[in-house]
Amino acid sequence: MAHGISTAAPPARLALDKLGVLLAALVAAGALALPFATFRANRIVLGEPRDILGALDPAIAWTLCAVLAAAGLVALVRTPVRLRLAAGLVALLALLLAVGRAGTFLTPEGNTFARVSPASGFWLLLFAFALMVADALSRLALSPVKRLAGLAATAAVLAAILLSGSWDDLSMLREYATRADAFWREARTHVVLAFGSLALATLTGVPIGIACTRSARLRGPVLNVLNIVQTIPSIALFGLLIAPMAWIAATVPGASAIGIAGIGAAPALVALYAYSLLPVVSNTVVGLDGVPRQTVDAARGMGMTDGQRLARVELPLAFPVILTGIRIVLVQNIGLATIAALIGGGGFGVFVFQGIGQTAMDLVLLGAVPTVVLAVGAAIVLDALVEMSERPGVKEARG
Amino acid sequence: MSAGTVLRAATLVVLLAFLLAPEAFGPLFAPLTERGAPPIYVQADMLTLAVNHLALVFAAVFAATIVAVGLAIVVTRPFGTEFLPLSRSIANIGQTFPPIAVLALAVPALGFGAAPTFVALFLYGLLPIFENALTGLTNLQPTVRDAADGMGMTERQRLLRVELPLALPVILAGIRLSTVIALATATIGSTVAASTLGEVIIAGLLTDNIAFILQGGLVVGALAVLIYDAFLWTERRLARRMGRT
Repeated sequence: MAHGISTAAPPARLALDKLGVLLAALVAAGALALPFATFRANRIVLGEPRDILGALDPAIAWTLCAVLAAAGLVALVRTPVRLRLAAGLVALLALLLAVGRAGTFLTPEGNTFARVSPASGFWLLLFAFALMVADALSRLALSPVKRLAGLAATAAVLAAILLSGSWDDLSMLREYATRADAFWREARTHVVLAFGSLALATLTGVPIGIACTRSARLRGPVLNVLNIVQTIPSIALFGLLIAPMAWIAATVPGASAIGIAGIGAAPALVALYAYSLLPVVSNTVVGLDGVPRQTVDAARGMGMTDGQRLARVELPLAFPVILTGIRIVLVQNIGLATIAALIGGGGFGVFVFQGIGQTAMDLVLLGAVPTVVLAVGAAIVLDALVEMSERPGVKEARG
Repeated sequence: MSAGTVLRAATLVVLLAFLLAPEAFGPLFAPLTERGAPPIYVQADMLTLAVNHLALVFAAVFAATIVAVGLAIVVTRPFGTEFLPLSRSIANIGQTFPPIAVLALAVPALGFGAAPTFVALFLYGLLPIFENALTGLTNLQPTVRDAADGMGMTERQRLLRVELPLALPVILAGIRLSTVIALATATIGSTVAASTLGEVIIAGLLTDNIAFILQGGLVVGALAVLIYDAFLWTERRLARRMGRT
């Protein structure tokens, strides 16, 4: 039985997955062509690259290769989504454990100067399998609750690996070990800066947004000013607040007692707050504008006062849009708070700038990795919350 | 002439005057300095810094536009639909990386200077353009597509003559967002020794000179506002022209 060449994928068992071809290529390049770990005699000299077989004892090296090859094969061929997810997760876990072993294997006994760090091959493999997992997750289209559970499980696994001490011989953790106190102090500052400015922006931005929808005269100028604030580069805004804050600290009685000063966290908090206002105010305006006119009329017909209508009808309906504004602000502030270190405001940026100054990339990573983890976590949590708030059942229960 | 137009023209004139002859503005900034510090940054030519700044921003946004629009076209064709959900989540996650971290991590591979800054601006520019190009290409009315097919257009003709022109105003809005973000982010490039207007601000932070911080910030802010308005004006003209034909 002859049949023409069809462009559709044949139903055979070994059909290739388009994304899988890309992933398999990345995995092959990461495992075969690029170094897995870098060994350096001390923290700032150039490193010697080591491939997988050179960075691990043979039994572990071959196990890792087998796991990577199997997961790569699952990616390459069209397979059920759940299998792809499982294979990607197993490969990620194997990579994370193996890189810790590489630290132990390559560091000479008792040597505290040597540094072992993950190299380009490791990062490429991590990226490839993270892509595979992300793709499987987006195809599964999990419910918000399941996504939150997945995030919590991931956090628990990472915490377990960290606490078990299996990464202790890696360069980033070596940098951490010598400044553990500073790390947690800056972490607290970072969180206070990002969440504190968000709380201030929400408490003031939502009322400003409500006022803008009630008065057309207010709306144009307020949004224009906030738009212009966004165009001022962050490092300039941080710097410009030093003088007025110092002046307030010097002249207003009691101001310096509550922590207001020209240098430090106070100007950073104000700068982050200034950047946060636009998304909160404009999303409040957009959300309230989007409430159907009939709904407002119906509420008025029921004899609700202005205040009741706002609290029981308009704000609950606008809530998902306002929450989206809050998500934008939180993710943006977690990233921007790194700049606060430039004006002595603290936060993870301290390690990034110290690292740039000493050309010590492990130190840069010590600041950058927690920032990214925090931002990604915040984005996942708030995306889930936004989606939950949009579901009609929840909305009715809340209203 | 509306008040807005007058204000914009005045901003442009003052900006150009400052870039061409910054020393003339010395008396204006002098009250902000202490202990006889210089009121105007003269270690590098202000105009050169501004030109470098703009060149870096436009190069990065141009590259980001080509890649983002190209990707959006691929994932909206039948061949690439499998990549659509994944490309969305990558672009989303990419935006959560703080620019300073991207800069610092690009330094070992690319050295200090403009190259790591270009990479950071490029990565940051991708998401807004990609999102908007996707919206523009997927929100077309099916009737328009059918009409193009009915006229016997090939896939390629339909893309070039119908879909892209209709999506253009939305894509331009994405480019506008990316440009404004990049203008501000480029200043951070000076922490890794890129020659941009950030140099002025950082010199001010290091020497405790508010005049430097203010002039650097104001020049970048004015550039951003003017470029934003120029984009908006072009978008409106395009939208109007398309409404007419």
